[in-house]
Amino acid sequence: MVEAGRNGIEVERLVRVFKGDIRAVDGIDLEVAPGEIYGFLGPNGAGKSTTVHVLTTLLPPTSGRATVAGFDVVREGPKVREAIGAALQEAALDPLLTGREHLRLQTSLHGLPRAERGARTDELLERVGLTLAADRKVKGYSGGMKRRLDLALALVHRPRILFLDEPTTGLDPQSRTALWQEVGRLSHEDGVTVFLTTQYLEEADVLADRVGIIDHGRIVAEGTPARLKAEIGRPTVEAVPHEAGDLAAVAGVLEHFGERAPGPPEAVSVRLEQGEEELADIVRALDAEGLRVARLAIHAPTLDDVFLAKTGRSLEGAAAEDEQQAAEPVSA
Amino acid sequence: MRGVFTVALAVAWRVLHNVFTTPTLLIPSLLFPLFFFTAFAGGLSRVSEVPGFDYEPGYTAFQFVFVLLQSAAFGGVFTGFGIARDFESGFARRLLLAAPRRGGIVLGYAMAAVVRWLVTASVLTVVALFAGVKVHGGAVDLFGLYGLALLVNVAALLWSAGVAMRFRTMQAGPVMQMPVFLVLFFAPVYVPLALLQGWIEAVASVNPATALLESGRSLLAGQPEHVPLAFALGGALILAFSAWAFRGLRRAEAAGG
Amino acid sequence: MALAEQTAQLARRSVIRTARQPANVIGPFVFPLMLLAVNAGGLNPAAQLPGFPTDSFLAFALAVPFIQGALFATMNAGTDLARDIQTGFLNRLSLTPMRSIALLGGQLGGAVVMGLTQALVYLAVGLAVGVRIESGVLGAVVLILLSALIVLAFGALGAFAALRTGSGEAVQGLFPVLFVGLFLSSMNMPRNLIEIGWFQTVATLNPVSYLIEGVRSLIIEGWNPEALALAFGVAVAIGVVGLTASSWALRERLTRT
Repeated sequence: MVEAGRNGIEVERLVRVFKGDIRAVDGIDLEVAPGEIYGFLGPNGAGKSTTVHVLTTLLPPTSGRATVAGFDVVREGPKVREAIGAALQEAALDPLLTGREHLRLQTSLHGLPRAERGARTDELLERVGLTLAADRKVKGYSGGMKRRLDLALALVHRPRILFLDEPTTGLDPQSRTALWQEVGRLSHEDGVTVFLTTQYLEEADVLADRVGIIDHGRIVAEGTPARLKAEIGRPTVEAVPHEAGDLAAVAGVLEHFGERAPGPPEAVSVRLEQGEEELADIVRALDAEGLRVARLAIHAPTLDDVFLAKTGRSLEGAAAEDEQQAAEPVSA
Repeated sequence: MRGVFTVALAVAWRVLHNVFTTPTLLIPSLLFPLFFFTAFAGGLSRVSEVPGFDYEPGYTAFQFVFVLLQSAAFGGVFTGFGIARDFESGFARRLLLAAPRRGGIVLGYAMAAVVRWLVTASVLTVVALFAGVKVHGGAVDLFGLYGLALLVNVAALLWSAGVAMRFRTMQAGPVMQMPVFLVLFFAPVYVPLALLQGWIEAVASVNPATALLESGRSLLAGQPEHVPLAFALGGALILAFSAWAFRGLRRAEAAGG
Repeated sequence: MALAEQTAQLARRSVIRTARQPANVIGPFVFPLMLLAVNAGGLNPAAQLPGFPTDSFLAFALAVPFIQGALFATMNAGTDLARDIQTGFLNRLSLTPMRSIALLGGQLGGAVVMGLTQALVYLAVGLAVGVRIESGVLGAVVLILLSALIVLAFGALGAFAALRTGSGEAVQGLFPVLFVGLFLSSMNMPRNLIEIGWFQTVATLNPVSYLIEGVRSLIIEGWNPEALALAFGVAVAIGVVGLTASSWALRERLTRT
């Protein structure tokens, strides 16, 4: 068991049920070591934000136990809050206040001595690159600027543990990269433990030391990104026949090289037993049968493959499903 | 011309369908005139004892005419809110793209405002009759009264439409509403013009709403006065605000809706 | 950090936010004064009625903006709090050592500051147009204090609506209810001169009547202990109900451990 201590997180059989018997978090166990960046990956509605709300003491759990920075989230809420900073899913800013006013308010609410508030405000503005925009009202900030201010506000009181709930959703690639760099710096240079939720594979892959994949309120896989992908192990080859009628014949050829894997209906996907070196043999085999393919691609395992293997659904497909459900008109 | 009416009917149908199937839109526009009628006729009836107050049908009837015209004016403004909402949501862009004759869009909103107000006026009239409003005028007089109110309704709608199409946001609500409120209330609301004194008398004397209001009251009393002037004023307001509204439409088109 | 300082910081924020929204400034300051001008001008002849307590309807009506201003303060306090809930800013505040009561205190403190400013403006305008405060300088001070208490009381109701529903639209939906409450009172006519029986009964049962009459007594009568006791009593009662309800709603809303 990880020694959570001052900077770690321990969660045991955590459950949170909402009205209508909705089990948003359905018995999760996890541990985050001090100084680690833990990526909590899952589609919309998986339970990521609810977990964050419980760990940041905003919601009591229905059952189970969690300690953050060594304090119980139910019995020692104020102590937890002193030790953590959080940038939640909504940027949670007041459009009528300036960036500097936000920070001044936050410094005063956190009880920083009056003499320190100005200096701390300036320091944080500089750190997140908002010095020039500090005295503009937040309603004039771009999405990236709002997120940076959000992060600065979470760091006002020098927390030991930082919770980031989908911090880069809606940001352009440049802003996203800048935020990743800052998060990495916080962890590696300042020793801050980071609990990060995301629905972006790349974010978890690039940023997180360890990843927990959550679906329907339960953790379905956990480990370092490399280990999780290695568990799935082998690459997948995907072939789209030139003639739709050849699908079965192509499948018959490819299944000599490995087991059938889930994939798009117009293609045959097979997880290779040996590895990428089989590609040449596959091409020869298809040619020998006189089968033409419109596309032949090889995919190295991704976290999406991990999710797919564990849940039978693609993480990206789950996101598209959610978008479709959101777009469907509600019947009168 | 047929194209204009086709568009107008489609737009009017949609507005009316929305209003009559959305309680939060329908109920305030029915309740507010009733509320004002109750508050003014009920709370202020003693004003009829002020020396010089000689309106024969009585104070309830006196206030009924004001509330009728007020409901017409605000009915037009509420439809204007709907236009602003359509622009804000992007639906107006759809209308501008689809309508072969865009003038029909403004006409459609005007038609919807009229129908909407006719419903309100019917409810208000029934309640007023139950409350004992005395009608001294004949059928022609009453036709004239409701005709005047109709002109007010259309004029207010055209004013609001022009504002809505220029600003294209619900935040323009106060800009639509406040001038109408001021014009209505700087008229002889509580007592006849002859009993007003000071600055309010000066303002009310030049306020076009005064002519419409006093003429309407004279029709209900069966003693029509300055009716042609009132209708001419109403017509002039409609002409002026039509130009305002259609210029607003051009602005909206130029901005891409 | 002391509760007082937390409350002061949040009150400061509340005032800054209100000042930066022109609509929140124009509404409470301009609209009640406009209505005062219209009503005082239009109803001035009513001062000639036998038994009317003063010969200046303006002096009689000056009490109303103080109560109307409180209505606007209610809406602003409630809407701002609802916005904090909707944007998640409340969560941000919850994660600080801020004590929950400071949140309510800050919001209401800000509303009271605005209410005091409004009251001073109304008083200044009244004096400028020639109204005499019969209770003198001390009476004016008591009037300002009573105003502040009324703002606090109604602000607490607005805060309750916001915390209970988390919705700005629901808070805005209170406005017509409060507006109706204002009109069905002795706002425009002394209760003993309201002719219509049921209206007089409603006005007598309406707590707003006693608030208006308390303020009014300081302006047109001087020192009327009964009117003042009733006004302060009603304000305190509404305040107690509002603060109890909003504290409860705050506890329910802030589920932090």
